[in-house]
Amino acid sequence: MSILKHHKKIETHATLLLVLSFLVVTIGGIVQIVPLFYLENTIEEVDGMRPYSPLELAGRRIYIREGCYVCHSQMIRPMRDEVERYGHYSLAAESMYDHPFQWGSKRTGPDLARIGGRYSDDWHVQHMIAPQSVVPESIMPSYAFLMNREIDGRYIEDLMRTYRFVGVPYTDEMLANARADFLAQADDEADHSGLLERYPGAQARNFDGQAELTEMDAIIAYMQMLGTLVDFSTFVPDPSR
Amino acid sequence: MVEKTPENKVQPAERQYPDPKKKLKQDPPTTGHSWDGIEEYDNPMPRWWLWTFYITIIWAVIYMILYPAWPLVNRATSGILGYSSRGEVAAEIASFEERNQVWFTRLMEAELEDISADPELRGFAVNAGAAVFRAQCSQCHGAGGAGVQAAGYPNLLNDEWLWGGTIDDIHETIRYGIRNDDYDFARWSQMPAFGADELLDVEEIDQVVHYVLRMSGQDHDADLAEAGAEVYEWNCASCHGDEGHGDYAQGAPALNTAIWLYGGDYDTLFESVYYSRFGIMPGFASRLRDAEIRAVAAYVHQLGGGQ
Repeated sequence: MSILKHHKKIETHATLLLVLSFLVVTIGGIVQIVPLFYLENTIEEVDGMRPYSPLELAGRRIYIREGCYVCHSQMIRPMRDEVERYGHYSLAAESMYDHPFQWGSKRTGPDLARIGGRYSDDWHVQHMIAPQSVVPESIMPSYAFLMNREIDGRYIEDLMRTYRFVGVPYTDEMLANARADFLAQADDEADHSGLLERYPGAQARNFDGQAELTEMDAIIAYMQMLGTLVDFSTFVPDPSR
Repeated sequence: MVEKTPENKVQPAERQYPDPKKKLKQDPPTTGHSWDGIEEYDNPMPRWWLWTFYITIIWAVIYMILYPAWPLVNRATSGILGYSSRGEVAAEIASFEERNQVWFTRLMEAELEDISADPELRGFAVNAGAAVFRAQCSQCHGAGGAGVQAAGYPNLLNDEWLWGGTIDDIHETIRYGIRNDDYDFARWSQMPAFGADELLDVEEIDQVVHYVLRMSGQDHDADLAEAGAEVYEWNCASCHGDEGHGDYAQGAPALNTAIWLYGGDYDTLFESVYYSRFGIMPGFASRLRDAEIRAVAAYVHQLGGGQ
């Protein structure tokens, strides 16, 4: 066993052992991870996906800040019971602009991946203020204070720049109009054409029913678009992926 | 070395131990490693362990042949079973679809109002509808269908209906919803904000609220109510009816009963007239299958349907 004799050299040389084991682990890692970036059946082009509008992005930040992910997942798994209850199973591309993604693995509350359009804005406002007033069996805490926290989007452009830095394709035009779009989305009186052109499928209206622009507007704007960007009546995912 | 044994301790009988330096004949070979004079026996692995190890290797090879495994240039090997998680869920849904097909077909072929006449079909529709109701409707209308009192989420158990309580009306409401932007067929009506839009002054609103209190048999100021009759006739009667019985075609609630959508006390009525109300219901045509919508319509109809 001449090879095993050579192996003894590695066993008796700590630095060599360290370097070579690192090499072996690296090769293993590359074989597992790298193909995910080029294999056709791991990358799926999906119509309708776009980066979050400024107000939706702010709402998403509030969602993360308040720890909503601790109780709510955003990932409908490919199982019959989930599809029956929540809608079409989630596609990887649907969280392609999420940094970090909100898939989660714990459901104290229901999955929110396709909550958009499922309830009226009024319901969301009332449910955030006093969850038990609409769903008596709920154990969700109240988030009424979101109604009082005004936001002005002062730093939204910086935030979007940061997201662009990590790969979200915000265009220069989107950045230039960031704050204007932020303020326009929850304003009934504003002109929404630019916003809708930049962010197709965005919903623009006064979400919380108050004159002021508050965190409640932002989080409901985010809730109402979740899972609505891909039109499953026209898009059929490849079943073999 | 001196043994440190307490004197009162009884020594165990002396035993003969083999001399460690003396090699026995049956000693297994050593690995040849020698670390500071310590050598290592080269004993064989336990046989059960070795065979388990071989079996896991064989299992891995079989698995790689049957299931998706190795990444190649464009895609990973798909395995001879052709498994995919998406394919599996599609197959599972299809198998349940097939089992329910008979019922769904009957449900789709029957006229909506005939469902309750067929006990078998009614049993299926009501049970299937109840399951859909719990997942899709209970968040607003309550797990038992009682709505949320005085908060704008209608009670489905009573005989009061906003947009009609026949099964066809209920079916249409579930399909397209009310006052939403998603469906062109969503029924739509809007009560004017009589106070906020300055159609009536506060005095007139006060009067008409007292008139509505009288109409619904509550405590009221007789003089103000009398004066409110005229205000009502000019501003409210076209939708809510001369007698306040409401109008299904416009979603105008009845005002002459004790059932209220937002509350029937003076303050709430004043607010309703001043700012108006605008309840929205989402449509479910794109969320549920047609047969499911018919089933849930049958379920809601048996809760409190009819007019």
